[in-house]
Order: sequence, then structure tokens, then C-alpha cells
Amino acid sequence: MINLIITLFLGVTMLIMAGVAIYHKKLSVAIIAAGVVSLFASVMYLLLAAPDVAMTEASIGSGLSTIIFFYVLNKIRKTNDSK
Amino acid sequence: MIRNSLIFIVLLGFATMMYTLYANFDGNTELNNVARFYANEQNIQDVGAANLVTAVVVTYRGLDTLGEVTILFLTAAIIGFFLKLQQANASHGEPKRKPSEIFETAARVLTPIIFVLGIYVFVNGHLTPGGGFQGGAIIASSFVLMLLVGQTGHFNSKLFNIIESISGVVFVFVGALGIALAGGFLDNRIMEMGTFGTLLSAGAIPIIYIFVGLKVGSELSNILGNFREVQQEN
Repeated sequence: MINLIITLFLGVTMLIMAGVAIYHKKLSVAIIAAGVVSLFASVMYLLLAAPDVAMTEASIGSGLSTIIFFYVLNKIRKTNDSK
Repeated sequence: MIRNSLIFIVLLGFATMMYTLYANFDGNTELNNVARFYANEQNIQDVGAANLVTAVVVTYRGLDTLGEVTILFLTAAIIGFFLKLQQANASHGEPKRKPSEIFETAARVLTPIIFVLGIYVFVNGHLTPGGGFQGGAIIASSFVLMLLVGQTGHFNSKLFNIIESISGVVFVFVGALGIALAGGFLDNRIMEMGTFGTLLSAGAIPIIYIFVGLKVGSELSNILGNFREVQQEN
């Protein structure tokens, strides 16, 4: 029962955050939202008894790719400013 | 209006398709044929890895792991190539803002801990969940903290390139030794099997996983380091 409640909470939050990632006007907020989707997905994998997939998702999905997105966003902004 | 209703119809069709899948789904009560082969008592004893996933990923499906590592290598190489091209015609800008005191201190404390956790994950790949890929990714995330604080100074990608090439060569070499000494490519029985469930067991799996971990970690760190170099240059 408690597992079901946690899973439902995670799933609903993931859907909302995915919506934010698509529709939010500010790109930095969208990147953070995409990172939150990955983070909650990793908890979901842990609940589904796949700890190794959860590790990969947490470190690559919510850690590294968020940072790479920010680097690229920063780079694009600078290029646009200088033009 | 017409566009919205079209989207709605497409979504509805998708939902009907998915619903039929969901309605017909009943979970397996027993393992299917492939899974039964891997979970077979005899095969577990043969491979000697306490973590069944590792046994599948490194020995039975070791060639797939080699392919994954190659894809990651290609990605890192392509990103490095294009960023180098941009770097050539980039101009120098104002220096970056310094990170805050709290973040800097926390990162200095956490970086070595996360680094050691990453090493733990891939050294124990044959005993506990996780393995080369996961450990490498964790090492790369400790590297992210180091880069964000900026304590590395100039990023030295040559060192990472050397580590990465050496571990790639060793991975393939250990795999090829399997053909010569045991049953086939990436067979782990080229070394002593040891006691089941201890650190020095499962033949060559720990060695393969250590090098996969080093390779993945240095590749991901290289990608991040290249991105950061470009940030500074522009």
C-alpha cells in the first residue's frame, strides 16, 4: 500500500515536471525540471528492484546531462549576445 | 481549433492502442526460457559472480558491453572534435564569477567521497548492484563538482585520453585471452575462480569491470572537461 502511494506520487510528479520541461518559458527552469524527472525516475527504478539502472539514471540522467545542458545553454547565450 | 481536436484524436487513438496492451497483460508467473538459462544453478556456479546481472552483462553478453563502450568512445570523440573546431575561432571574454564559499567547501569535502564510492561500485561489480558503467558515471559526477569549483585549473585532457586508451586496449586484450585460454571471447575462466561471493572471485570479471569503469569515467569526464574549456574560451 505504502509502495503504491509512493509510486503514484513519483509518477504524477514526473508527469507534471515533464510538462514544465516542455512548456516553461525560461530554459533554465525547463532543464531543472528535466533533471527532476530523471531523479524521480531513478527512485522509481529502485522501487522496481533495479538498483543498477537507478544508479545510472541518477548519475547520468540527473547529474551529468543537466550540467551539459547548462554548459550548452550558457554557450548559446554567449554566442547570441556577441552577434 | 481543428489542430487541437486532431491532436486530441491522435492521443485518443494512442490511448486505445495502449489500453488493449494493458488489458491483455498478465505478468509471468515463472522465468522465461532465456532467464531460466541465466538463473540456472549450474551456470551461476560456472560464472561464479554473486551478482547475476554482472554475469550476464560481462560474460554472456560481453560483446554488447564492448559495443556500448565503443559508442560512448565515439560520442566523446565527436564532441571533442566539434568543440575543438569552435575553440579555434573563439575570442577571449571576461573571467568567470567565483563560486560561493559554501559550495566550494562542500565540493571539496564531497569530491573524494564520491570518487571513492565510484571506485567501490566498479570494484564490487560482481558482488553488489552496479558495475563499470555505474561506477564510471559516479566518478564523472565527482569530476563535475571539481570542475564547477574550478580547482583543477587548466583541464588536462591528455591524461584522460591515455587512461581511456589503455583501459580500452586492456579490455579487448582480456577478452581475446578468453579465446586462447578458455571457451571464447570475454570468457572469465582465464583466472582462478576463487570463493563464491568474495572480492577476489568470478575469474576475470573484476579486472574487466575495473577497466570498463576507468574507460567510462575518463570518457564522460573528458566530455565535461571539453565543454568547460569552451565556456572559458568564449
